[in-house]
Amino acid sequence: MDEKEDKLTRRDFVRAGARGACILGVGAVGASMAPRALKSPERMLWQIDPAKCIACGNCATHCVLKPSAVKCVHDFDRCGRCKFCFGYYETSPDAVAHAGVEYQQCPTDAIVREYLGDPYYEYTIDEDKCIACGLCVKGCKRFGNGSLYLQVNHDRCLNCNECAIAAACPSEAFVRIPADAPYPLKDKEHGK
Amino acid sequence: MMRLVAGVLVVAALAGTAAGEEKFRYPPPELGPDYVQPRTSFPAVRETLPAGADIALLVTAILLASYFALKLRSRLGVWCVGAASLAYFGFIRGGCVCPIGSIQNVAAAMDPRVAISMVVVAFFVIPLIATLLFGRTFCAAVCPLGAIQDVVLVHPVRVPAWLTGALGLLPVAYLSLAVVFAVTGAGYIICRYDPFVSLFRLSGSANMLILGSSFLLISLFVGRPYCRFLCPYGVLLGWMSRLSQWRVTITPDECVQCGLCENACPFGAIRKPNADQLPRERGAGRATLIWTLILAPVLVIAGGWLGRQAGPAMARMHATVWLAERIEMEEDGRVKGTTDASDAFRETGRLTEALYADASVYRSRIVFGGTLAGAFVALIAALKLIALSVRRTRTDYEADRGTCLACGRCFDYCPVELRRRKQRGKGGPIP
Repeated sequence: MDEKEDKLTRRDFVRAGARGACILGVGAVGASMAPRALKSPERMLWQIDPAKCIACGNCATHCVLKPSAVKCVHDFDRCGRCKFCFGYYETSPDAVAHAGVEYQQCPTDAIVREYLGDPYYEYTIDEDKCIACGLCVKGCKRFGNGSLYLQVNHDRCLNCNECAIAAACPSEAFVRIPADAPYPLKDKEHGK
Repeated sequence: MMRLVAGVLVVAALAGTAAGEEKFRYPPPELGPDYVQPRTSFPAVRETLPAGADIALLVTAILLASYFALKLRSRLGVWCVGAASLAYFGFIRGGCVCPIGSIQNVAAAMDPRVAISMVVVAFFVIPLIATLLFGRTFCAAVCPLGAIQDVVLVHPVRVPAWLTGALGLLPVAYLSLAVVFAVTGAGYIICRYDPFVSLFRLSGSANMLILGSSFLLISLFVGRPYCRFLCPYGVLLGWMSRLSQWRVTITPDECVQCGLCENACPFGAIRKPNADQLPRERGAGRATLIWTLILAPVLVIAGGWLGRQAGPAMARMHATVWLAERIEMEEDGRVKGTTDASDAFRETGRLTEALYADASVYRSRIVFGGTLAGAFVALIAALKLIALSVRRTRTDYEADRGTCLACGRCFDYCPVELRRRKQRGKGGPIP
């Protein structure tokens, strides 16, 4: 009986020692990262770097949200108000010649075109309809001013630990930025 | 006129394409004083509770769950904490960041250049420390992934012990892979293949929704399949739980060896008494032990070798390695056409040699990581084998220290425990 009790205490002693070592170890991991964690901004958000974005369309399909948290935004300071907007129309010669309804690119009819006075048109985006397919972005970037571009809308983004779109992004355009400047990248590019 | 404009546009357009970059081609027109320019839409960041509140809620939930499981011995209490955690950490917070995923952030942040947030550090550390104190009460009622499986468990089917033991290696493998991929920057696979997060958000890709629903369907009959056969954080918690200061007992009173608790446990975590079974002959047991001890290093080396063989395939999880292999194949003419990624790479004008050099660094890191991971999984397998040949005498039914999830289901099935409650209710002496 004595022997058994001895054995139990020995086991308990080893266990207590290991427990102490584990608490110290886990604590040390936490403590080694705490200073860095306290220094870094409280929240980091996912955002798209428009300079790298190639408007491949993954944003529309890979986001965990349906429809995607990414939307097209329109930088009116940059927009040339083109009559033949290649964000609005397909980039085929027929589209340019006829410019009819059948040549509009946007699959959800999310771009609203308004007449401003010859030959200028205003293009605004109906965000409820936009699915972030990037067709208009591609056209505007290649043939226009690049005033249409994709951005993560932070009222929708769930800020996943691993962004599913970032994992699928072919051009490494997804970056994490501090939450106090949630839409910085295009502005910075133009020195605003 | 239209044709002419079109022609000009197409020429301009082609010029633009050749350069392949964004240009300021058409200066915005002067639109007169009456023109009001619309505002570019930049929606505000979603409001969430401050980080401190989440940490406080996590601590509160763990303390409450521990109080209900260890002190009040109330399954109902544990269940209620679980339901509340499922609602908040699952459905309201969208299941992210969770302690399971935080393994990857912490592993990646071993590199001092990698940023990490306080919530993530706290979510990694707090459940581990809590488990060292109280056992796996975090699993019982705080983890939303555990809770969602627990609330749907209606008809548990017993999984044979040998199968549970063998499948127990899966979480170890998953943990090692997740750490290798997180440290080498290949991605966070725990988050990518989290089966329940799409259910918490009621949104996600069809594949993930199907995966999540399948797990839930299995959870109707098999107790917590994710927790027991996949969860990488559960591996760490299992180790911590073996050393815990306090833990759930089936009843504090003397066991009458009825065996009802063993049937009540849906997770196969209750061990039978074995004191009346004759031990194996001393010589035979010793021979098994010696053989497994000799086998252990062989297993570890074999595991390392297998991991090394799997390394190049694992390396393709890394976007840079994948891209470099694709570009190489395109340049060699082994594949026709280009991908979005290879087009994007060519547009940047970077040299392919630089890309190949980066890729080979990542590849060798992942192959090294794969070797370590393989050896580690084999080591755990060897330790499990060794543990099989070490006999521990149990005189009563006991909850296994490592695998007991502290859910408290066994309390209500233990006749001794029921008698104890009844007597306490009558105000009589607590036996």
